[in-house]
Amino acid sequence: MRQETLSPAAAPKGPLGLYIHIPFCRRKCLYCDFLSAPAAQGTIERYLRALDAQLLWEAANCKGYEVGTIFFGGGTPSLLEPQQVAGVLERIRDCYRLSKDAEITLESNPGTLTEEKLEGYRQAGVNRLSIGLQSVFDAELKALGRIHDYGTFLENYRSARQAGFSNINVDLMSALPGQTLSGWMDTLRRVAELLPEHISAYSLIIEEGTPFWDLYGQDRRPRDASVPPLPGEEEERRMYEQTRELLHEYGYVRYEISNYARPGFACRHNVGYWTRRPYLGIGLGSASLMDNVRWKVTEDLDEYLNCFAPDTAGPEGVKALLRQEEQVLTKAEQMEEFLFLGLRQSAGIFVGDFRRQFGTGLREVYGSVTARLEEQGLLVFYEDGRRMKLTERGIDVSNYVFSQFLLEE
Amino acid sequence: MATINQSNIRNFCIIAHIDHGKSTLADRIIEKTGLLTSREMQDQVLDNMELERERGITIKSQAVRTIYKAQNGEEYIFNLIDTPGHVDFNYEVSRSLAACDGAVLVVDAAQGIEAQTLANVYLALDHDLEVFPVINKIDLPSAQPERVIEEIEDVIGLEAKDAPLISAKNGINIEEVLEQIVRKIPSPGGSPFNPLQALIFDSIYDSYKGVIVFFRVMEGCVRKGTRVRMMATGASFEVVEVGYFGAGQFIPCEELSAGMVGYLTASIKNVKDTRVGDTVTDADRPCDSPLPGYKKVNPMVYCGLYPADGAKYPDLRDALEKLQLNDASLFYEPETSVALGFGFRCGFLGLLHLEIIQERLEREYNLDLVTTAPGVVYRVHKLNGEMIELTNPSNLPDPAVIDYMEEPIVSAEIMVTTEFIGPIMELCQERRGRYLGMEYMEATRALLRYELPLNEIIYDFFDALKSRSRGYASFDYEIKGYERSELVKLDILVNREEVDALSFIVYGGSAYERGRKMCEKLKEEIPRHLFEIPIQAAVGGKIIARETVKAMRKDVLAKCYGGDITRKKKLLEKQKEGKKRMRQIGNVEIPQKAFMSVLKLDDRK
Repeated sequence: MRQETLSPAAAPKGPLGLYIHIPFCRRKCLYCDFLSAPAAQGTIERYLRALDAQLLWEAANCKGYEVGTIFFGGGTPSLLEPQQVAGVLERIRDCYRLSKDAEITLESNPGTLTEEKLEGYRQAGVNRLSIGLQSVFDAELKALGRIHDYGTFLENYRSARQAGFSNINVDLMSALPGQTLSGWMDTLRRVAELLPEHISAYSLIIEEGTPFWDLYGQDRRPRDASVPPLPGEEEERRMYEQTRELLHEYGYVRYEISNYARPGFACRHNVGYWTRRPYLGIGLGSASLMDNVRWKVTEDLDEYLNCFAPDTAGPEGVKALLRQEEQVLTKAEQMEEFLFLGLRQSAGIFVGDFRRQFGTGLREVYGSVTARLEEQGLLVFYEDGRRMKLTERGIDVSNYVFSQFLLEE
Repeated sequence: MATINQSNIRNFCIIAHIDHGKSTLADRIIEKTGLLTSREMQDQVLDNMELERERGITIKSQAVRTIYKAQNGEEYIFNLIDTPGHVDFNYEVSRSLAACDGAVLVVDAAQGIEAQTLANVYLALDHDLEVFPVINKIDLPSAQPERVIEEIEDVIGLEAKDAPLISAKNGINIEEVLEQIVRKIPSPGGSPFNPLQALIFDSIYDSYKGVIVFFRVMEGCVRKGTRVRMMATGASFEVVEVGYFGAGQFIPCEELSAGMVGYLTASIKNVKDTRVGDTVTDADRPCDSPLPGYKKVNPMVYCGLYPADGAKYPDLRDALEKLQLNDASLFYEPETSVALGFGFRCGFLGLLHLEIIQERLEREYNLDLVTTAPGVVYRVHKLNGEMIELTNPSNLPDPAVIDYMEEPIVSAEIMVTTEFIGPIMELCQERRGRYLGMEYMEATRALLRYELPLNEIIYDFFDALKSRSRGYASFDYEIKGYERSELVKLDILVNREEVDALSFIVYGGSAYERGRKMCEKLKEEIPRHLFEIPIQAAVGGKIIARETVKAMRKDVLAKCYGGDITRKKKLLEKQKEGKKRMRQIGNVEIPQKAFMSVLKLDDRK
């Protein structure tokens, strides 16, 4: 029932990434625009049953694939009990071909973790733990609406190591209200000294529909005097530049716009997104890309929970909920994605990959665009022209650069 | 028709200030004369074009013939000739009036006489028309008919005691208007046996019949097969059809003779051959001389019109060609701008005419346009004695070879209630007005007379006038002539490159102020780029104002989460879409609306 491979230009089937969305959290943070909310009594159990049903339903579509990575994202997946995570993984092992060295990541938030839970996750097979710390300063954490403090994180981090996690990511956030450059450097340094294998450092984005939007709005100016101002553009860019420099000292390499890892610890699952490897989204609102078709699962929790209930509209109704916004990518769209996703990686793209995937040379399609961007100092070819990447300035204005790669219809 | 003789014809028009109810009265007259049933009536029969109805003004004059059975038992032919209601179309108005023998003056019972009322009455009296007043909107709570009657008698000197008190909207007292038309407006003169002499007051283009010429026969007669000659343009044609105007349709007839109003077709390809005001005569038996008053109307306001999408240039050309078939006063010629590419320099009778054409191009022809700042026609006198009529600021010769320049001046009359005399005089002063005098119309209203440079009033003078008088001032003007003036070309440099489409001619004393405002405005309009962009205003190579668009520091999406690529792509597409509406000048992208922003510089309101 899946579409056949659309054109000879389609990327070869790589290892499949499985994304499992857990749309629940203890409390919504003030900046968060993810699909996530506190769960009502019993909802998590019902949700896991729906997840399980979807895993079964999708299995038939994944016959040719080996699952290389699994990523529990949220929300706060660490709200799940270890046996619940184990249940999901068991279903995957039963119905999918899971690679022996699969990377299995679970996102977690301090304040929802305990020694026992961490050990349980590890035993269930989770081998990469991502911890949402954001800042080492409790005042900043409070301002963000986080439920934890720095002390709790430290405790959790040590427990995770004890439980045997040898691949840990810590999420941090710069450009916070009232944050200074030196404060941000403190946060970075204190976390780097713990030597996690991976650090994600995002700048805070004020998203529409969040409480922060009401406080700051589109122009990022505080609505009244009691609200601390956000760092200015210049300050923010300096934070970004110095992040790379400082983490470099601690042995981290920036491999994507906001991601840093010690050698060999880049997140394989996320790299799959940048390199357009196939991935399948399981759970509410999750996105998929397979055989150059993109789609999303419904974002309506009730719809999702009842998707496989006996009285729904049958196979067609299920499909309607699990295959929303289905879009068959044209060759031009595939080319655009190849570039605006590939160039998020610090090493950029292999020029030869373009011809391998699309049958035409990069320069034939984008010659004038790359020449102009090169001239503007936003893009460089290196390794004798075999690779192409953004410059530091190119990263600063990457949206502009990427928009240049969109082709006319 | 043969039963009706010349003495039972009434050729007349209705004159009024905007909104005083001219079109509504026309509708009622047509209704009451019974040619149409109420059901057939479109709301306003005379205003054909959709645009006219929306704006509540009449763009093209038209005519309608109806039959009225008067109280004396006789049947009369009424030829009601509609006139445009705006100063831009003054010449058309005068030709329509020349085709009439009388005029019904409609005055709003609440508002009384306005500047345009006066201008139109004087114009009608100049053409020796019999004018009688009608007081409209009598049923409004604020109506003051006695006061208005007094005003008409005092100010215009027209007998108004027996003026019909009517409500055109609610059909009150329309009969009385019809009877007065019969009684007060004279029947047409002329003899059907003289050589043909007919006045063109309008023409329209029809894709089947060619140009349809609207005219009034002064002398002689015309029928199918008559070989006619247009005396001013010299063009000759054989008449294919003559007829008169039903309501909204053409009704062919055998012949039209002295005193009658109607149309002819003669396989005429272009309205340029049938100029309004020209005299139609019989080529084989011509009249001695043309009717007086013909003049070739010249555009007063020019601007560049460019397709937003360069590929639409041929479409714009075709659309202008089609519009010109119907509008001989629309002028256009191709021009090229470094900033905007291929487009047209277009000439208009006035700013309203410009706006109407622009809207029709956008609406009827579905074109997206970029308009450059409208300007007037300047006369540039060079040292070698040569004189250039300058319609495009970019063509201004090197100042070193210019002796002096002249600009068009208008005589303006502004009617205003006394409490606003101060602010209005101040406005005229700011616009380099020369005060000529003031007359009190009555205790609370005055007529101000000024001479003003045309280029000071084409942008937003009318708006400023309205806002400074809380809507009470009314305004009318006519071109007086040219006067020597200190004029300079103001150039705008974006990233040190001159943007030709943004240059304009301005009075030397206002250059700094205008330059500064232009720079401020453009700073708001031009998005941040990868580099810093200076915006400068210069006169003769000297920078007089500067603003800076700071470089874009960052534009980056920190996270690209959970594989939801579609959302990210939408963001990029939005960014790209915005780019499409930009014009590339050097390496700067300027949004198209920036080119129009010069129109909205006035913040003194």
